[in-house]
Amino acid sequence: MTTPPDTDQFLSAESAAAMAVRVRGVTKEFGAGDAIARVLRGVDLDIPYGELLMLVGPSGCGKTTLVSIIAGTLGPSAGEVTVLGRDLVAMGHAAKVRFRREHVGFIFQSFNLLPALTSVENAAVPLVIAGWRRRKALEVAADLLDQLGLGDRLTHLPGELSGGQQQRVAIARALVHDPKLLVCDEPTSALDAENGRITMELISRIAVQRDRAVIVVTHDSRVYAHADRIASMEDGRIESVAVGPRKQSGTGA
Amino acid sequence: MLWIAWKMLIGNRAKYLGIVFGVAFAALLIAQQASIFCGLMSLTVSQILDIEGAGIWVMDRNVRYVDDIKPLPDTDLYRVKGVPGVDWAVRLYKGIARARVDEGSYEQVILLGLDDATLVGAPTHMVHGSIADLRSPDAVIMDVAGHKRMWPGEPYRAGRVFEMNDRRAVIVGLTQTRRTFQSFPVIYTRYSQAVRYAPAERKVLSFVLADALPNESPGTVAARIEAQTGLLAITRQDFLRKTIRYYLLQTGIPVNFAVTVLLGFLVGTAIAGQTFYLFIVENIRQFGALKAMGTGNGTILLMVLAQALQVGVVGFGIGVGMAALFGWSIQGFSKLAFFMPWQVIVITAAAVFLIVLLASLLSIRRVLVVDPAIVFRG
Ligand SMILES: Nc1ncnc2c1ncn2[C@@H]1O[C@H](COP(=O)(O)OP(=O)(O)O)[C@@H](O)[C@H]1O
Ligand SMILES: [Mg+2]
Repeated sequence: MTTPPDTDQFLSAESAAAMAVRVRGVTKEFGAGDAIARVLRGVDLDIPYGELLMLVGPSGCGKTTLVSIIAGTLGPSAGEVTVLGRDLVAMGHAAKVRFRREHVGFIFQSFNLLPALTSVENAAVPLVIAGWRRRKALEVAADLLDQLGLGDRLTHLPGELSGGQQQRVAIARALVHDPKLLVCDEPTSALDAENGRITMELISRIAVQRDRAVIVVTHDSRVYAHADRIASMEDGRIESVAVGPRKQSGTGA
Repeated sequence: MLWIAWKMLIGNRAKYLGIVFGVAFAALLIAQQASIFCGLMSLTVSQILDIEGAGIWVMDRNVRYVDDIKPLPDTDLYRVKGVPGVDWAVRLYKGIARARVDEGSYEQVILLGLDDATLVGAPTHMVHGSIADLRSPDAVIMDVAGHKRMWPGEPYRAGRVFEMNDRRAVIVGLTQTRRTFQSFPVIYTRYSQAVRYAPAERKVLSFVLADALPNESPGTVAARIEAQTGLLAITRQDFLRKTIRYYLLQTGIPVNFAVTVLLGFLVGTAIAGQTFYLFIVENIRQFGALKAMGTGNGTILLMVLAQALQVGVVGFGIGVGMAALFGWSIQGFSKLAFFMPWQVIVITAAAVFLIVLLASLLSIRRVLVVDPAIVFRG
């Protein structure tokens, strides 16, 4: 297990209780026997509240697998996963579903908006899942879309929006229920440079808050500027965690 | 969540129409065939329904249905009359005769002979003439459809003479009757005259029509008649049931219709099921995303069932509506009998419910096992 030299020194200042995400010795294997694929080979990672951590590394090194485990959509083969103070490994299926519903926001590379729903309806989905009345949920979603500059696109279907606009609807959907953990898997890689920049700026400006941790998987070096920390992954392990430009320049939370 | 499920469903226009088409097709076929079947079955009892006024029918023990005539000796009338609780009893002749149409061709007719004194069982929907006219010599009353069949295009003419089994008959009236199973013309006359038309036989009495005294139930009196005379005596309702049961059990008619209904059911299920499955597969990422965002399997199940129910209701409405439209449009001028009682609608609804349930079964499995982690995969 590799412990990046600057991590210990950097994190020792913060108490363990301040960690939104705490991953220890996590492994993940797919398949069995000869066909076994060891995708994660002992991952340790901490993400404090109020920070934006970027997870970078070559394609296939296990980034998506790791964030799926942190978000509670996938279970690890071994190791400890504590998110928002809760032990995800010990959590039952139903509790995990509720955990995701209440505390996790998702942004996907391929947007994954419901094509039959309008922008505002898509953005309201997490509130509807949480049992909110439709009207109230749409009101809250509309406010948030307005903040994201989509006030004039509320009733458009995803098919009528540009990629950048769709991803902004996805950002609204990820944040509408005020989750304590936001997981973004390559949110800019399906977008052109300009829209990628706008998307990352919005995430960094609106999503990062004192009581929330944000994890962004990316291999787009142009967006590194928004990172409080950059964790480099290779071949199923975290190779190093470095302080990012945002933390250094003091714009972080 | 249900409104989201419905929007997802309707948003996929092509698939939605495909599923609705499958369900509507099945509903149409089932409702239409079942209605024609019910129409046919109601034809088998139209002769019983058209003879009103008698609560009890008495006949030979071996009669199986209304057209299965096993003549009784005339004396049986008096034996029935003698049973306690019988208010009155009269004779009814029912048989087939050969009527000669003008140009020399012949037409099979159903001949009914009503009790001379009371005319019990007389037609109730006269179009021309009156029942009382039956008392004149050689008088007969004919049904409208039969008249049209025997003399197409010719207007009704009171006093028209024709021959039946080589004997003279004079038309004194036209009446509306229910269509019969064989759709032969129906001719009413007096019992005494009917017997003269009929081929000479030792026994000619077809049925004894009777009624119970006001303070007795027809069922008990019928049972008493049976016990005392050894004849078969049943209430009008039971005779209707007995006749329908005969056609149900002893003819291939129900099987034929059942096969068509089953085919409609299977084809509808196949079309709806396949399209519904494709719809679900096409939306599997959306369901995955909903699951990732914390939608439980119970809710997902409800959503899929709601989607299935939605196409079920719409397809049912279209299918049954089209069947009713079909029945309405063939009214009057078709040889097809069409009768859609509420039972047909209930059966069709149950079939449609089963179709959409079966159609969604495969899809439900697919949706429930989908791993929410797929939404992270490209
Ligand atoms: N469900 C799975 N079954 C088998 N192999 C998988 C599965 N998911 C991911 N993998 C494999 O794990 C490796 C890491 O995948 P992933 O976490 O998506 O990498 P990254 O996101 O860094 O590109 C890849 O080789 C991929 O093929
Ligand atoms: Mg990935």
